[in-house]
Amino acid sequence: MATAADALQASDRAERKAATTVTLTLKIRRYNPEISDEHRWDEFTIQADPFDRLLDSLHEVKWRHDGTLALRRSCAHGICGSDAMLINGRNALACKVLVKDVAPKVTVEPIRGLPVLKDLIVDMDPFLDGYKSILPYLVNDSGDPNTERYQSAEDRARYDDTTKCILCAACTTSCPIFWGDEGYVGPAAIVNAHRFIFDSRDEAGRERMKILSEKTGVFRCRTTFNCTDACPRGIEVTKAIQEVKRAILFERF
Amino acid sequence: MRAAIEASDKSRTAVISKLYPTRSHTGAAQGGVCAALANVEEDSPEWHAFDTVKGGDYLVDQPAAQLMTEEAIDAIYQLEHWGLPFNRTPDGKIDQRRFGGHTRNHGEGPVMRACYAADRTGHMILQTLYQQCVKRDVRFFNEFYCLDLLLDDRGHTAGVVAYELATGEIHVFRAKSVVFATGGFGRMFRVTSNAHALTGDGPAVVYRRGIPLQDMEFFQFHPTGLYRLGVLLSEAARGEGGILRNKDGERFMERYAPTIKDLAPRDVVSRAIYQEIKEGRGDGPNGDYVYLDLTHLPAALIEEKLPDITEFARVYLEVEPTKEPVPIQPTAHYAMGGIPTDVDGRVVTGPEETPVPGLYAAGECACVSVHGANRLGTNSLLDIIVFGRRAGLHAAEFANGSSLADLPADAVSRTLDMLDGLLTRERGESSADIRTQLQSEMFDKACVVRTEEGLASMESTLHGLRQRYDVLGVQDKGSVYNTDLMETVELGYLLDCAEALVHAARGRTESRGGHFREDHPLRDDANWLKHTLSYRNQDGSIHQEYKPVKMGPYVPMERKY
Repeated sequence: MATAADALQASDRAERKAATTVTLTLKIRRYNPEISDEHRWDEFTIQADPFDRLLDSLHEVKWRHDGTLALRRSCAHGICGSDAMLINGRNALACKVLVKDVAPKVTVEPIRGLPVLKDLIVDMDPFLDGYKSILPYLVNDSGDPNTERYQSAEDRARYDDTTKCILCAACTTSCPIFWGDEGYVGPAAIVNAHRFIFDSRDEAGRERMKILSEKTGVFRCRTTFNCTDACPRGIEVTKAIQEVKRAILFERF
Repeated sequence: MRAAIEASDKSRTAVISKLYPTRSHTGAAQGGVCAALANVEEDSPEWHAFDTVKGGDYLVDQPAAQLMTEEAIDAIYQLEHWGLPFNRTPDGKIDQRRFGGHTRNHGEGPVMRACYAADRTGHMILQTLYQQCVKRDVRFFNEFYCLDLLLDDRGHTAGVVAYELATGEIHVFRAKSVVFATGGFGRMFRVTSNAHALTGDGPAVVYRRGIPLQDMEFFQFHPTGLYRLGVLLSEAARGEGGILRNKDGERFMERYAPTIKDLAPRDVVSRAIYQEIKEGRGDGPNGDYVYLDLTHLPAALIEEKLPDITEFARVYLEVEPTKEPVPIQPTAHYAMGGIPTDVDGRVVTGPEETPVPGLYAAGECACVSVHGANRLGTNSLLDIIVFGRRAGLHAAEFANGSSLADLPADAVSRTLDMLDGLLTRERGESSADIRTQLQSEMFDKACVVRTEEGLASMESTLHGLRQRYDVLGVQDKGSVYNTDLMETVELGYLLDCAEALVHAARGRTESRGGHFREDHPLRDDANWLKHTLSYRNQDGSIHQEYKPVKMGPYVPMERKY
């Protein structure tokens, strides 16, 4: 049991949170192809609870100031992957950034390297094409369908980190190689390849490594670590990419 | 997607989705999916069926629960074969853990039945199903928002109308069979674990076409939502040993459920929290939360088995769960009610359960009913994989044995009328104001504890909100990603579902499962062991019919834990 003092502290914090608001100015990069081919910058100033999510503030703008603001969002707690944005120059999910960490001013832009469709909404299809190119599914038709296959906890642990991917594209669209090279599959696709290459039940590792050893594949990576910094799920993306590179070079996985 | 996998193997299939498929709120499910694999300790599907029926306060259709718990085992093996990364036991089997209301031998004590992947089980199911759709090259129409169901003059399914968010174009999809799998409508409440997208689209669309909604009064409030935000903190936290405490540090569940304590079903625990708060044992400036205490558990166990929920507490409340108790409050979580179906996913209307040819539903938007008056934790994930498969299978078989129904002459007129009204009217008030009031008052008056007075007041509030809604216009008049328009349509669906919920709750003068009436605190099997069917009349008013519960081996008895 936590001590009474611990409980008191938690309670104090909750009270502090409820009591104060801060002023937040949002500078948002806007684009609406029905109005202009050029983007523009709009600024909105609102009052917000410091423990609100930045997503709540974007809603405040949309619901009270400008209904035309377009963004994607759904779960609002970092699990659906809809609201990846460039926030103060770094990729993050708007629902996992708190107002107190960006106030008094925050700049919000769409993620880079994918065509912008409207405001903060980008075309996700090129990103998903990269994902689909690496056979993102378990390949193994053997085994008795009437029971489970066994897998040791150690074998399960080898690919645990890369199972966390929510396909938000924060990693891929933070990668300078992806910005400059349309063919590069990008970090998220490699993360998902890693998830299957290192799964002891899978039988298509070599096929995936062949795909990733081509010129659009894993050796485009220049290890800038942007992807690891950007991942809202805390996946060690660069490490996963290095593991795939090593598996290809030494044919060991 | 489970239905699409099954159907695409047998007939030409497309998925129409207002979100990219991996954004679905299945991904937010955390703790596990139950099946009596008996990998860790003795278990049987029959015990699981009993728990499901008792957990649902005997409003469960017992043959459906028996079927679900029997098919659960193969459904889990199927997911394993598709690569789902379950946690494993030391000898490599799928690991299992405890969960609320799941017991050994008809209530003797908790049983380890929930198969899981850390506290990301829903995420893993969602990803695995999407992977299998990619493998099968299932056709997706992403960000197409379904706005209407089309029936021919015989009442057979002819297709759906969808709005393409990227372009603003209206599309008519002709189909021999249609499966609705649109999820719940928790967004009608102020504090909810539900995603913004969960606005009751599927139930409202069929309801507007004269199909009833079943058991709408039964809505589950999950006991442990993160304070203020409502973000779900899995029951697995208590399955792993977490304890609920009031502001005095007392383990209050010992008083409410002496046998299984913190692992009582969700309706029981949420009412206990409500009672603690009402009697002044809640903490905080408003005395409106209690604590989930994990501090006595080994930090390594928390990190390994509950990594996501501990991160939520750290990010959103700056509370360190390994050292401090986490402030929680009940959060609107799950609709037991929805579109009535049989065990093959066929939508059925009326007390005689007449099928609507070609129309199917599965998952939270549907009501089979396997959850009755209160769903057990993990049974929603089981529901989608068992009945998603069955709905897909039967929808494909139906399609293969029938011809396309004729489109009605006015196929898109209803959709166009709705959208044109919103686009041409001047923006009056913001739809956000109506939504905020809806959410706030529903959370006060149609929540864990209800009364005739509160529900009557809510009904009159809803009447006023409807009048204001009917004259709304949107600010964004454009065609490209007009999410202002989408949100306003969603609000209309939420109002439909809220009206049905409140009306049914007012009618049911007893307490059962998730529906607790302070003015009628006891279960009344003599009068109310029956399902509610709510119909929307042409003038927007509602009428009800009732149909019997399908009984089985389990005789209703007092529900003690």
